Amino acid sequence: MIATFRIPGAGRLKQAETARFSFDGQSYAGVEGETLASALLANGVHLVGRSFKYHRPRGFLSAGAEEPNALVEIKRDSARRTPNVRATVQELYDGLTAQSQNRWPSLAFDVSALGDIASPLLSAGFYYKTFMWPKFAWKNFYEPRIRAAAGLGVAPDQPDPDHYSARFAHCDVLVLGGGAAGIAAALAAAETGVRVILADEQVDFGGSLRFESGAMIDGQDGFAWAQGAVATLRAMDNVRVLSRTTAFGYYAQNFVGLVERVSDHLQNLGRELPRERLWQVRAKRVVLATGAIERHMVFADNDRPGVMLASAARTYLNHFGVAVGRNVGVYTANDSAYAAAIDLKKAGIGVAAIVDLRDNPTGSVIDEARALGIEVNFGRAVIRAGGKLRVSSMTVQPKNGGGERTIPVDAILMSAGWTPSVHLFSQSRGKVAFNDETKRFVPGTYAQDCVSVGACNGTDGLSATIDEAYAAGAKAAKDAGVKNAGANVVKGTKPKVDASESWSRGMLGAAPGAGPDTTVKAFVDFQNDVTAKDIRQAVHEGMRSIEHVKRFTTNGMATDQGKTSNMHGLAIAAETLGKPIPQVGLTTFRAPYTPVTFGSIVGHARGPLFDPTRKTAIHPWAEAQGAVFEDVGQWKRAWYFPKAGEDMHAAVDRECVTVRKTAGLFDASTLGKIEVVGPDAAKFMELLYTNPWEKLEPGRCRYGIMLREDGFIYDDGVVGRLAADRFHVTTTTGGAPRVMNHMEDYLQTEFPHLNVWLTSTTEQWAVIAVQGPKSREIIAPLVEGIDMSDGALPHMSVREGRICGVPTRLFRMSFTGERGFEVNVPADYGQAVWEALWAEGQKHGACAYGTEAMHVLRAEKGYIIVGQDTDGTVTPGDAGLDWAVGKKKTDFVGIRGMARPDLVAKGRKQLVGLKTKDPKVVLEEGAQIVGDPKQAIPMTMIGHVTSSYWSENCGRSIALALVAGGRDRMGETLYVPMPNATIEVEVTGMVFFDDKGERLNG
Amino acid sequence: MAKAAAKESAAAAPSVERRPALAGQELSVTGVTLAVLPPAQRISLRAPDASVAALSKALGVNLPRKPKTSAAKAGRTALWLGPDEWLVIDEVGKDPLADCAEVTVLHSAVGISHRNVAISVIGPAAAATINSGCPQDLSLDVLPVGAASRTILGKAEIVLLRIAADAFRVECWRSFSDYVFTFLSEAAGDAAA
Repeated sequence: MIATFRIPGAGRLKQAETARFSFDGQSYAGVEGETLASALLANGVHLVGRSFKYHRPRGFLSAGAEEPNALVEIKRDSARRTPNVRATVQELYDGLTAQSQNRWPSLAFDVSALGDIASPLLSAGFYYKTFMWPKFAWKNFYEPRIRAAAGLGVAPDQPDPDHYSARFAHCDVLVLGGGAAGIAAALAAAETGVRVILADEQVDFGGSLRFESGAMIDGQDGFAWAQGAVATLRAMDNVRVLSRTTAFGYYAQNFVGLVERVSDHLQNLGRELPRERLWQVRAKRVVLATGAIERHMVFADNDRPGVMLASAARTYLNHFGVAVGRNVGVYTANDSAYAAAIDLKKAGIGVAAIVDLRDNPTGSVIDEARALGIEVNFGRAVIRAGGKLRVSSMTVQPKNGGGERTIPVDAILMSAGWTPSVHLFSQSRGKVAFNDETKRFVPGTYAQDCVSVGACNGTDGLSATIDEAYAAGAKAAKDAGVKNAGANVVKGTKPKVDASESWSRGMLGAAPGAGPDTTVKAFVDFQNDVTAKDIRQAVHEGMRSIEHVKRFTTNGMATDQGKTSNMHGLAIAAETLGKPIPQVGLTTFRAPYTPVTFGSIVGHARGPLFDPTRKTAIHPWAEAQGAVFEDVGQWKRAWYFPKAGEDMHAAVDRECVTVRKTAGLFDASTLGKIEVVGPDAAKFMELLYTNPWEKLEPGRCRYGIMLREDGFIYDDGVVGRLAADRFHVTTTTGGAPRVMNHMEDYLQTEFPHLNVWLTSTTEQWAVIAVQGPKSREIIAPLVEGIDMSDGALPHMSVREGRICGVPTRLFRMSFTGERGFEVNVPADYGQAVWEALWAEGQKHGACAYGTEAMHVLRAEKGYIIVGQDTDGTVTPGDAGLDWAVGKKKTDFVGIRGMARPDLVAKGRKQLVGLKTKDPKVVLEEGAQIVGDPKQAIPMTMIGHVTSSYWSENCGRSIALALVAGGRDRMGETLYVPMPNATIEVEVTGMVFFDDKGERLNG
Repeated sequence: MAKAAAKESAAAAPSVERRPALAGQELSVTGVTLAVLPPAQRISLRAPDASVAALSKALGVNLPRKPKTSAAKAGRTALWLGPDEWLVIDEVGKDPLADCAEVTVLHSAVGISHRNVAISVIGPAAAATINSGCPQDLSLDVLPVGAASRTILGKAEIVLLRIAADAFRVECWRSFSDYVFTFLSEAAGDAAA
């Protein structure tokens, strides 16, 4: 198809390559470097989407990031389907495939557009009112249908194959916006030698200079000057220039989030290039040069494809060389639209008429338009746009009423004036101020170290803008506190403006013909289908605050965040309320400025980098042995070691039996380890644990319990005293980091007078537990320098020596109830020492066992696991651990909490054993317990099962449970109601195996 | 003090193999090379001001007192991590734990040679590679050669030491080394941009 709307000689893409693309299955040709919007317009395509609520046909409103209508899906392959891409932002590449959204069966004929006819039912707040009855219909009928009909685009259903990069950066001056103001500020700052980052969302720097044909700077066309200035900046060592980069969020202390679109404009996505790169920049000073966004005119059917902003038409012509029509009409309350008419006329495009709402405007652009023979009408309004899938006419009427005249046109260019882009300023928590004369909100009170320059600051005129920006850039550099200029600094001079355009202000709110007495669809917010009438209705229904009006109508709540609609909506609400605009107020701007992909926020944190996966030094051995692993926090732990043909149950039974019969090896490396060192180490331990420590002799160990201030168990573990001033503390695997924090917190805030320091040694030591009657015989041949006899190394003691020639801290301790040891060796030796112990173990028929067997073995002995048998509401007394609380101690963390009335009251839940009457039945962990199974539902639950296993060693099931007054119920029968049956259980002690504890030395 | 722990340094060769994490792993891309460094002797040293002089003497390196600095001498580097905290790394096989064991002034020295793994990040894109997951300002003005900092890389804690204008040593805990190396590898691919 021939690109019939491309104007020979116009635009800046003359040398560009042809790019073939398709839209809704139709093939077209465009040129590389233009946007999808420009390419479609060059092919005469204006209809590109259907609106959110009414499914009205829509075209392009803008040529930039503010676009509310032209949202399309870009499809590269089955996984790369990106919905809601603004066609005005997406750059064309050869082979681009785009589809329209929100239409069925086709863009030109959409059955849901009937909603447009039924629109009285879909008025403002309709979802709060219409679908309330009958109640069941919401879930089954209304909601699914509304969801199917509304919404924008379809989310991709496959994992995102692209990758995303991230970078933190620091600079002295961050300039956001690369138009004339931003470039001037960056030049001034860069010339001082400070570190500068200049970012702009467009491919080409220049901002409005892309379309302002009347600008001349330093003797050149404005756009050419911008390119030269940016080239100068790029060549400087102290400057980073980021194009295609949107600053989307302004956070505390000049922390700004930016997304750089790295490869969305490329035909082939190499694995090397990320799709996007997230920049998180901390700047000493920020210069906001974010420009202004043109507003549309609010009149009936102002959403017809072909009705667009005047500046957009100018951009398509002057930058891309594309005419938006052959016979255009102009509707304005502002001078800038005249410039668009003049440029188009000069390019040979027919301009049917300029309709100016103002009564007697004067100025050079008006004279020039007249001189070019363009019909200019003052004091008149466009009261209606004709056409449906494309605008076909505009109907003009004197603004105070009178005869109508319909003028055939194929595009309407409109301008109601310019809204300063104060989004980022507002996000920085700055307060905007309303300028009554110019009717616009501009930056008022600053909250952070930033400054606004140019159009976003309400500064009019190119000359004033460059003066302001250049001075601000220099001041920002100075304020950033930089003393010495860099060596490679190019000393420059302030850019000189030789010619510029000047625009007067415009209007806010609904135009004549869309006033309070009308029911026309004059759109304020295109993306959320909010009309002037909807805003008025919200006020009539009692909304007074602009925040309520916004939520009731959804004005400004779409993905474009009301970039074109907020001021009109506010003005209409203010007029209806009869209040001045500042009294009605402005809604808050929130990040992101434009939509941000999930991918860019996630960055590297996916797949193996989603979260660290921690593996022990012995992990490779377990993996080679075919261990099944379970996740314990970030750790991978060997769960059980199945032999050929074994299921989990069989493997765990075998492991449990083998440990008690001969011995087992267990990787306990993940246990938290903290070395507590200093002359006051014992004093500190006394304060952090319930147990007494002062009298524990070096070389001996003790099982310690740590409480929170409230008296509940926080963690537990065996602690070995290595020397008078040195303890080797162990914690639970999951508790390691928080126990360290808890201890450090108390040390620094409550006990800073103690001379003691804490060091995490979790990862210094690999820990091999060897448990079972043969454990000593397995270890002894490899150990040097430690007497392993019961007399020299009794249960709960620790010695330092060597194993396999490697330094070891050898603990005699047991979490199985068997004679047991825990061999600590420096981590890099962990696997080799394990292999040596394994070889010894094989001589005795020992096995490797995993965490599941460990759990069963400890439960057989009634040893608790903090976090499984306790839940943060269990005291040492509740857990049957009163013996571990030093009776003579006068202080430790939790001692007062333990004495609270509720914690010493009768009837507290206590940890007990449960035996099912049928020994084959294994209870479910978490199952509730009742006293009388025949009571009325809801029953009174008196406790729950905390641990439950099949114990091959006991030949029956065993369980631990928290039961109200449990220790007074020994021998009592209780009941565990389950969906299929009620299970009878007997309350017992917590020890199911070797009641007397003889095997510790067996 | 610290006699018990110091025994670790006594002689007698291990009869089993030492298997450091990620031993010998390297990655080289445009602008940056990553390499897992050989094992080193390390201690976590804690001490009040009054003990610094004696410990410096025993260690043969002046413990730095200024935040985010380090001092190095004869293959031994002391990194300031906090007002009373240093990471001492010895790359020539001399055990700083044994040196501290000779000192009677108040301090805590704990051997952590095996706790940490070190990765070197070298090349013109080294800073950019690290900045993909570390929020610190790595410009030479702010983090000059010799500067050290306990910070983060992605979701892992690291200790960062600048060993040259375009070279860093990244220390992390053993079980995080796979994550840190993988993170740096992925970041390195984009760092030359």
